[in-house]
Amino acid sequence: MAHEKNHDYHILTPSIWPFLGAVSGFVMLFGAVLFFKNSGPWLMLAGLAGVLYVMFAWWSEVVHESSIGDHTPVVQIGLRYGFILFIMSEVMFFAAWFWSFFKHALYPGGPTQPEMYNTWPPAGIETFDPWHLPLMNTLILLLSGCAATWAHHALVHGNKRNEIKAGLIIAILLGALFTFFQAFEYSEAPFSFSGNIYGANFFMATGFHGAHVIIGTIFLAICLLRVYRGHFTSEQHVGFEAAAWYWHFVDVVWLFLFFAVYIWGG
Amino acid sequence: MADAAVHGHDEHEKLGFFTRWFMSTNHKDIGILYLFTAGAVGFLSVAFTVYMRMELMYPGVQYMCLEGARIFAATAADTCTPNGHLWNVLITGHGILMMFFVVIPALFGGFGNYFMPLQIGAPDMAFPRMNNLSYWLFVAGTSLAIISVFAPGGDGQNGAGVGWVLYPPLSVREGGMAMDLAIFAVHLSGASSILGAINMITTFLNMRAPGMTLFKVPLFSWSIFITAWMILLALPVLAGAITMLLTDRNFGTTFFDPAGGGDPILYQHILWFFGHPEVYIIILPGFGIISHVIATFSRKPVFGYLPMVWAMIAIGGLGFVVWAHHMYTVGLSLRQQSYFMLATMVIAVPTGIKVFSWIATMWQGSVELKAPMLWAFGFLFLFTVGGVTGIVLSQAGIDRAYHETYYVIAHFHYVMSLGAVFALFAGMYFYLPKMSGRMYPEWAAKLHFWMMFIGANVTFFPQHFLGRQGMPRRYIDYPEAFAYWNYVSSLGAFLSFASFILFIGILFYTLRYGKRVLVNNPWNEYADTLEWTLPSPPPEHTFETLPKQEDWDKSHAH
Repeated sequence: MAHEKNHDYHILTPSIWPFLGAVSGFVMLFGAVLFFKNSGPWLMLAGLAGVLYVMFAWWSEVVHESSIGDHTPVVQIGLRYGFILFIMSEVMFFAAWFWSFFKHALYPGGPTQPEMYNTWPPAGIETFDPWHLPLMNTLILLLSGCAATWAHHALVHGNKRNEIKAGLIIAILLGALFTFFQAFEYSEAPFSFSGNIYGANFFMATGFHGAHVIIGTIFLAICLLRVYRGHFTSEQHVGFEAAAWYWHFVDVVWLFLFFAVYIWGG
Repeated sequence: MADAAVHGHDEHEKLGFFTRWFMSTNHKDIGILYLFTAGAVGFLSVAFTVYMRMELMYPGVQYMCLEGARIFAATAADTCTPNGHLWNVLITGHGILMMFFVVIPALFGGFGNYFMPLQIGAPDMAFPRMNNLSYWLFVAGTSLAIISVFAPGGDGQNGAGVGWVLYPPLSVREGGMAMDLAIFAVHLSGASSILGAINMITTFLNMRAPGMTLFKVPLFSWSIFITAWMILLALPVLAGAITMLLTDRNFGTTFFDPAGGGDPILYQHILWFFGHPEVYIIILPGFGIISHVIATFSRKPVFGYLPMVWAMIAIGGLGFVVWAHHMYTVGLSLRQQSYFMLATMVIAVPTGIKVFSWIATMWQGSVELKAPMLWAFGFLFLFTVGGVTGIVLSQAGIDRAYHETYYVIAHFHYVMSLGAVFALFAGMYFYLPKMSGRMYPEWAAKLHFWMMFIGANVTFFPQHFLGRQGMPRRYIDYPEAFAYWNYVSSLGAFLSFASFILFIGILFYTLRYGKRVLVNNPWNEYADTLEWTLPSPPPEHTFETLPKQEDWDKSHAH
């Protein structure tokens, strides 16, 4: 009786990954502090490698568990809840950057700030024209979202593998293109991250968004790999759904960035 | 449920020590790990305060000397140059540890993990492996926080001495790596809490026993659910704020530096947008525990279940819209001050509903003064005192005089260190027989209560007087005029510390020699939630067959 479970929830066996993950996280951050203090990046990179390895091993295990039927319908609901909640916490993370942006854009300057900061953008700061590269990037990212939705649709309605693959490949390539253009834009920026509030806000907000684009692209690429391996069915594809949700979240954040930071705040 | 469980007893022994405690995917074991670690960190953090109270016992500086920190007071013969940096490091360490690494892990991580799934009849958490990641990230964060105290910091000394709120510009200019370590410690603790919150919310929404609709869930589980939402929405904002601190420190950004167009007040806004929900995150699980303790030992169902739930929801919601009452003196406009003042006072309404409902639960009940109930009484009294001084402080005009004085210290220690900690101990004695299968010695638990109750009040009540006399907080020394009540306050702190040591003794005694609890429910039939239908201690896997409605649904109403 003790080993027999009469419910559909997922009871897991002991796992080393959480412990190793936390140790790697510790090493990475401790190493990062040493790196900030000019002691070389090696400890930080070792920690990062550990974190990435744990992610890989852990999620491989999750994929395996799903393939042997541990993810019953009720467990799938739980996984969806979990991912939605994760996205909500991400939204609040971005709230901090937008808070800083809107504060400085709506109420620029102050009694102790140098005069150039009395306007937004600060006097002498040359900003990007939103209707050139940023607009194109907006379209690229939205198109990528459409392609992901196409793939999602093909998966749900009859699991048409070729369409899913095509949709995902387009979504991934457009995501990568977005990152490339963003990097290009960064390299052309006439203002810097340090020393002025405009650059700090701009790079922090778009930079964290960019990091999310890269993560989302990897997430979609993993889904593509899993499509090739035949992991998904039209009934069971939580991983795909999570990737799609994440990608749309990244889209929406970009729209806010585009309208607020590039158009209104430029 | 007992039948599903009896066979589980020997299963733990099959797991090796490392497998059981380092690779756990079991919510009960992880809950115990949380409680144990939080207790150990709590001891360290309390030890900091004892040293601080030793220093404040008499005017002048006797212990924290630049020539070296002393255990015995310096006399006139010794040279002792005041070491303000050490003092600042201690107050910072105390605050950060207590806020992030003691109370949340103990109440939310410990009791939440152990008892929320049991109360709703879930076999485990929704994501048992991620649950362990939350725990180990908390340990990793704690390690960074403790290393920070000993790492090279500001003023050519060790540790970061900037106060737990990490206000710039001080926190940006503090030298060394201690500050960066502390920031990353908070990042890790935040990640840990967010993952924990995701886990708790999912468990609550997805894994309730058949028939247990939302408004049949026991109050403690509700309190954990609401706390989890607050953590989920507040902690990421803090992560943003301290990331900006980090880049201001290390990459030359100017978020908080006016010379580059930034604004230090912005940091305060973002910090307190997290910080005020944080204090409710700390106290809400305590509310849940207290409801169960009072109902059990009054032999009555809790009064006003639905208002109790809605009051918690209201407190959770209001917690997000009152943050700037921590910042009345930064130059807010009158209109902003009026809003934050009124919004803050509104919180007294749901809080009042809770306090009056607890009293109404006791009303005409047959109150049994067992140790957990004593702690609950203590909680009610202290939390109410803290709540009332909170109303005083919420008035922007009066706050002008009290801001950054010991009145504030007294206020938030009454609600947090006494409110939350008394709830913690109430929960500890209430649930210790369930978790360990052994009964604590009643007389010792009562002695512990009275020592702590007297000690805590003697420590913190006089600080109201000091605050009213104008003694500012965060200083290593004070003029002669404040000597009397500081002396009294220090005596109280020593008594509280002695009670902590007694508690450790009680704990070890109970775990080794305590009388075995052979029944599922050592209290009475008003401890009627599902955890009391399980053996003490519960087997490794519980509810392998989900509980039936008659196991837990005692209500005839709603």
